[in-house]
Amino acid sequence: MTTSMSDPQAAAARDAYQPGVQEYRDAYYDPGYAPAETDILAAFRVTPQPGVPPEEAAAAVAAESSTGTWTTVWSDLLTDLNRYRARCYQIAPVPGQPDQLIAYVAYPLDLFEEGSVVNLLSSIVGNVFGFKALRALRLEDLRLPVAYLKTFPGPPHGIAVERDKLDKYGRPLLGGTIKPKIGLSARNYGRSIYELLRGGLDFTKDDENVNSQPVSRWRDRFLFSMEAVHKAEAETGERKGHYLNVTAGTMEDVYQRAEFARELGAPIIMSDFFTMGFTAHTSLSRWCRDNGVLLHCHRAMHAVVDRQPNHGVHWRVIAKWLRMAGGDQLHNGTVVGKLEGDRTATMAINDLLRDDFIPADVSRGIYFDQAWASMPAVFPVASGGIHAWHMPDLVAIFGTDCVLQFGGGTQGHPEGNKAGATAVRVALEAVVQARGEGLDLAAEGPEILRAAARQSPELRDALALWKETRFEFDEVDRLDPVGAGGARERRPDR
Amino acid sequence: MMTYLPQLDRDQVARQIQHLLDAGLVPAVEFARDPGPYDHYWGMWKLPLFDARTVADVQAHIGACLQAHPDCFIKLIGYDRRRQTQEVSLLLHRP
Repeated sequence: MTTSMSDPQAAAARDAYQPGVQEYRDAYYDPGYAPAETDILAAFRVTPQPGVPPEEAAAAVAAESSTGTWTTVWSDLLTDLNRYRARCYQIAPVPGQPDQLIAYVAYPLDLFEEGSVVNLLSSIVGNVFGFKALRALRLEDLRLPVAYLKTFPGPPHGIAVERDKLDKYGRPLLGGTIKPKIGLSARNYGRSIYELLRGGLDFTKDDENVNSQPVSRWRDRFLFSMEAVHKAEAETGERKGHYLNVTAGTMEDVYQRAEFARELGAPIIMSDFFTMGFTAHTSLSRWCRDNGVLLHCHRAMHAVVDRQPNHGVHWRVIAKWLRMAGGDQLHNGTVVGKLEGDRTATMAINDLLRDDFIPADVSRGIYFDQAWASMPAVFPVASGGIHAWHMPDLVAIFGTDCVLQFGGGTQGHPEGNKAGATAVRVALEAVVQARGEGLDLAAEGPEILRAAARQSPELRDALALWKETRFEFDEVDRLDPVGAGGARERRPDR
Repeated sequence: MMTYLPQLDRDQVARQIQHLLDAGLVPAVEFARDPGPYDHYWGMWKLPLFDARTVADVQAHIGACLQAHPDCFIKLIGYDRRRQTQEVSLLLHRP
């Protein structure tokens, strides 16, 4: 209450209904506001239309994503808007981008339904992104308070339990996507899987668009794939898995495929979480926890919303949503391969997936401290355009808790899948051994690989084939330079 | 298979043990005659080596396990009690 209850004149003024259009900043810009520990905090990159003042644009974002509409309505007086309205509590300039600003917005927890990523999206990235007073709008980061996170189950198993189930420790896991993605009969597809797993991969993978096409219906694919998995397990003495993509047009089909995968003894299944939608994906994640099946998450369609530097939602936010909704493995950038992903930003997102507390550091694109309160961790998956020569860099950059996926980098081997898989497995083990001996992987990587290849003809052939392949293009999306006058690091709870 | 590298020699094993100890992990030695892919539990060679401080301490236990079970697979584990997981799992001996 800003007016005293004992002042009748002030009380009357407060209660009077005054129809008309108010400036957004009168109600939704509050630079004196100290965010509560339970508030959801957002950092938006705002590009106002010419002539719209920064405070008005920032306040409009807060208003349109919480309680506000364009004009006052009488029923505003039936509620305590102080309890529900979001507030822009700080505006920061963007170095080198005079037309942009970062607006920090605090949302009271009562704006949201517990345990629903969908509700969070409909609120914070709902209508506001089409708001006419803004030329562009991008959600850069979200601080999710512990009280809210505790209403989400998170990943079905998490990194530690996945390692225990598979009995694989101390090294990255190795995967490979079966190619060509569409066109192989179910039986030939299973052949490719068997060869890769027999050669040394831990996992193989359906690609994102492999669902149940005429050339290979899902039931046939699942049967041949799991025969390949079980044969490779028996012959190698190791746990193996194939990510059976259960994505389908209806939830009934998704459950039918997931249950058949479980009946066949599949340790892991797969979801295209972004095309399937958060409600469907969260239901599948809950099913995975209830049934002891690991869940691999492909991010098809993410670049549609996260690639433009001034509009949309940054991938780091979508990755946080996925950790809340649940998934045991999630595709992230490779840094060294063929897909987009600035190194600093990619590593920061790996931290958001794997760590329990990530401190704010705007130079890494992390605008808020984030505590996960023991929510299980997600394996980041590096996939796309990587081969044996990349192994030292991949282990140096990604560390131990990651999945490294080699598609062309195994199946393009001159001797075929099995030799290609053995080549990357030998490369991985040699690099992990060298790390244990204290060698500098970045500097000594090529020599480590050449030494290992002297005992492995498979690795020798792979190194000879892919020596010159590099993917070097400019990044489309870059982090802001941070320096004097830059967006200052902000820790609202400190 | 569990590993695709040639068996490590004594000096190579020593360097991996030093790395494990430097990282503050708890070493442990386990053995199994015919382990399958679904066997989470191998035999424990005594308790985890909570008191081991040097490479020689750990190698003495590995040697004793090998002498008692020459027909078994033997692996070295580095356990991280804070993260509740193994950071090292190294196959030392294949019969």
